[in-house]
Amino acid sequence: MVNYTDKIRETAKRLLNDGTVDTFIGYRKGSLPFVNNPAIIHNAEEADELVWDSNCALNLCNYLTNRTDKIGVLATGCNSRNIAMHLKENKIKREQLVIVGVPCTGMVDHRAVKGMVDGEILEVTEAGEEITVKGDDFEKTFKTADVLQTNCQTCAHRNPVIFDELVADEVPELDGVNQYADVEAVEAQSDEEKWQNFENIFESCIRCYACRNACPLCYCPTCFVDESKPQWVGKSTDPTDTMTFHFLRAFHMAGRCTDCGACERACPVDIPLRYLTKKLNKDAKDIYDYESGTNVEDKALLDTYKPTDLNDFIR
Amino acid sequence: MEKEMQEWQPKIVAFLCNWCTYGAADLAGVNRLQYPPNFKVIRVPCSGRISPKLILAAFRNGADGVWISGCHPGDCHYIEGNMYARRRFTLFRSLFKHIGIDERRLHFSWISAAEGIKFAEVANDIVKTVKEVGPAKQLIKEKAQVA
Repeated sequence: MVNYTDKIRETAKRLLNDGTVDTFIGYRKGSLPFVNNPAIIHNAEEADELVWDSNCALNLCNYLTNRTDKIGVLATGCNSRNIAMHLKENKIKREQLVIVGVPCTGMVDHRAVKGMVDGEILEVTEAGEEITVKGDDFEKTFKTADVLQTNCQTCAHRNPVIFDELVADEVPELDGVNQYADVEAVEAQSDEEKWQNFENIFESCIRCYACRNACPLCYCPTCFVDESKPQWVGKSTDPTDTMTFHFLRAFHMAGRCTDCGACERACPVDIPLRYLTKKLNKDAKDIYDYESGTNVEDKALLDTYKPTDLNDFIR
Repeated sequence: MEKEMQEWQPKIVAFLCNWCTYGAADLAGVNRLQYPPNFKVIRVPCSGRISPKLILAAFRNGADGVWISGCHPGDCHYIEGNMYARRRFTLFRSLFKHIGIDERRLHFSWISAAEGIKFAEVANDIVKTVKEVGPAKQLIKEKAQVA
């Protein structure tokens, strides 16, 4: 995907020069390996800073809420679904956006790569379908397809669902992958095992709220964790408070989460945060045949109903 | 020990819709129908008012079970509040199961203001079910011990 960079710069320059957009949102190279920063640029000279590689996993839709300017924005499959959700939830108007679609073959899981080398990685270079990591006394090359983030491994929407122009031809969608194999494995467990999982997974949480801040859907003016009258959840790392926080955070994503993986990527203590949101995505698919953000016209899952909805658990 | 278990009474928080189930509870009382006194009733304007935060707050404060009851679909005082609520409850219940809490702690019903008999029946059954599951141990927030 590195070869997209030139096309992205060219597109950003054109849009900024002819005044189609006031702002262009993309990525620039970060100061640390595996980290690309969001780049919010306002003039064409800055466009040469823009880059594209397999570390662009941060979700740019975070920067699209409550804006009045005209914005050009890069959008992969999952990011474009988040844009669709923003449009549904009236966080931005379609007229304000020029969506530059990026067909995506997946982002690299930096934790997986770090686990496969000894020592600190100081430099990452990407060429074609391979990434090379370098440290003080080692150099190792991986195929990007082998070290993808877990959500990218089973991605069902690699191409943008909504866009004005594309930077490259669409990539083939993965077929024959079961997106929800891990959720199914948990569903088969007993209550005790599930509770053990749940406790273990969120035990290490330090309540930094990086997952909340990285998520484009978390845009409430006051988050429920910050409410004090009544206080729904304590602010310390008490296990019950932490579990309540994660349960409610996940539930707020019901019918909205696009499984972009930004929360997991942002987590400093490697919590698999998609453990809960994925279950909700699976339920939305199984029960209501709904996939968030894949259709711009329909209403959000919990913003609509059918008289014939599932009722068998209610007496 | 067995005697202690027999004496244990579950605490159940009941969120009842003002326009139907709350009236049904009244009707059950007026008709002198017997149902157990394990419920702490919270009257809400509509089942659609019930946020997952409220349900979790009940469990965090030591409830052994939660019962949510509203109007039959189509009979909502606000036309469609219970329809939205139904989708929310479906997903909530499923996620609740996913973290390993016994689903028998969470009960939902549609009971109209004329169904005093159904109210008493459901109330009896819920207490029986929650007693089977036993005292809640999960998601309870211990209060700080102040000397």
